[in-house]
Amino acid sequence: MHIFNSLKIKIFMKQIGNYFMVLLLASTACHGSNSSSAALADTGKIMQLTPPKPDVTLTLPDGFRATVFADGLGKARHITVSSGGYVFVKLNSDKKGSTIVRLQDTNGDGIADQEIDFGSFKGTGIGIKNGYLYASSDVDVFRFKLNDDGSVVNPAQPEKIISGLIARGEHESKSLVLDNNGNIYVNIGAFSNSCQISDRKNGSPGIKPCPILDSAAGIWQFSASKLNQTYADGIRYATGLRNVVGLDWNTSTNTLFVMQHGRDQLTMFPQYFNDKQNAVLPAECMYEIHKGDNAGWPYIYYDPAQNKKILMPEYGGDGVKTAGEDAIDPVVAFPAHTAPNALLFYTGSQFPEKYKNGAFVAFHGSWNRAPEPQEGFYVAFVPFSNGKPSGKWEIFANGFSGGADKTASGRAIHRPCGLAQGPDGSLYVTDDSKGTVWKITYK
Amino acid sequence: MKFNFCLISRIFIFFLIIVPAFLNAQDNHCVVKKSPFRLSMDSGKKVYTLQCLTCHQADGLGAPPMNPPLTGKQILGDKKKLIGIVIKGLDTHEEIDGVKYQNVMPPHPEMKDQEIADVLTYIRNSFGNKAVSVKASEVKSVRSKLK
Repeated sequence: MHIFNSLKIKIFMKQIGNYFMVLLLASTACHGSNSSSAALADTGKIMQLTPPKPDVTLTLPDGFRATVFADGLGKARHITVSSGGYVFVKLNSDKKGSTIVRLQDTNGDGIADQEIDFGSFKGTGIGIKNGYLYASSDVDVFRFKLNDDGSVVNPAQPEKIISGLIARGEHESKSLVLDNNGNIYVNIGAFSNSCQISDRKNGSPGIKPCPILDSAAGIWQFSASKLNQTYADGIRYATGLRNVVGLDWNTSTNTLFVMQHGRDQLTMFPQYFNDKQNAVLPAECMYEIHKGDNAGWPYIYYDPAQNKKILMPEYGGDGVKTAGEDAIDPVVAFPAHTAPNALLFYTGSQFPEKYKNGAFVAFHGSWNRAPEPQEGFYVAFVPFSNGKPSGKWEIFANGFSGGADKTASGRAIHRPCGLAQGPDGSLYVTDDSKGTVWKITYK
Repeated sequence: MKFNFCLISRIFIFFLIIVPAFLNAQDNHCVVKKSPFRLSMDSGKKVYTLQCLTCHQADGLGAPPMNPPLTGKQILGDKKKLIGIVIKGLDTHEEIDGVKYQNVMPPHPEMKDQEIADVLTYIRNSFGNKAVSVKASEVKSVRSKLK
């Protein structure tokens, strides 16, 4: 009886609390245009963090060190760091009502000690340019004005710059990157594996021409500063890209680079592909993109053993016939199905000279290699010189999965998803399984 | 004494050779005659490996957030709904235990009633699941109503 009474009191107190919270929010909304009151949400609810405990050991090249910067954030997707050192993480989950986490390491020990949460839309993309924090849901892109110190001016009321982008279940995430000419590039993934009449159905032929290409399976370019843009305001900058999650603007070449998630399930055509072939085909490709480029999906895939663009079986291919003469070739071919979720060209000075202008790629890890062992769950590095790869790609950071058995089974503890470079040249890596953020430093 | 020794040795030989041979034959007999449930499980595993494993994985736990796990109340519950999903596929992307799964389930109208019954029996009794078998007659009944 006593327990029930105290429970009732607790519920009653909570209801009172909720009531006052509603009043508080309502008053904030009323003064939403007043930046001084709205700024409360970015400066008034600082959470003091306790240092997280590592649950895996990362392996890195000699001289590098990783600290767990933060953990328990939820589905921590992409990440960006302001010039003042604020670390912003975009969540594709709800952290007590918020979807963007701002972390700060005030004592410089490599571990975040303060956190502020804001944002009301789940998603993947995030980036900073010219005093604005850009972030995406799966259908819209928003931006938040930043103060000079990197804090958000009005966290409750971002400006909507793009809306109405296609999200039909498959490949919904909208990654974004900005160039130095006032443009924003947004990935719109294909809502299909290979544009079959019946998606992922054994033997189902491809639709020709593939109608998805009109409004998805490509990169769209919009203005970074114009509000309320829709498809009509954008340009299909590149097409024939099945799904891009990792992309970056390369400032040394002044071009866009993207990582495509290659097609799944070639074993839907068992007369041409067995399980072992499906596990290693097609390559996960890095492309350098110029305006108007076509990467060939759904008509071709890239075979890294033959170094050829091969006609998809949905369109009459047999694993040998080549096609896609008008499609661009990849810059780098990575192992199949490893799901590259982030790309970052390193422009810092902290890491050794070898890493300057090279590409880091975060691989989320495969599922489509079953029944063969799964692969990925690492951060790779490709050295670049004069805007081209200057050596073979290598694994830079490994051990996120928690062991070889967890990599093989695909039951990884952590899955790398986002990459960012700090103002001091440190590398940040997110994980969207347990919401861990690592900070990787040299010496 | 001599007679007794002979009897003892005969008894000894009987237990040494005849009894084990008899038991062995019994064993073989057991292996040959499997229960209908066991037969359905064996056949279902083969169908699962061919049709389901790529997406739902060998351990049946799927590949979140792409392909859902084959565990929990949806799998243990309404057989008719499961049969319908196998035949007609599923592209509603509805949330399962708070996760929205991205990939579609393709339709499998070409699968035989017995194959669907076997694979669903296998799924409902693997990966930590335990639920009553699905019969070919139940698949036939659902299929006739879908047409």
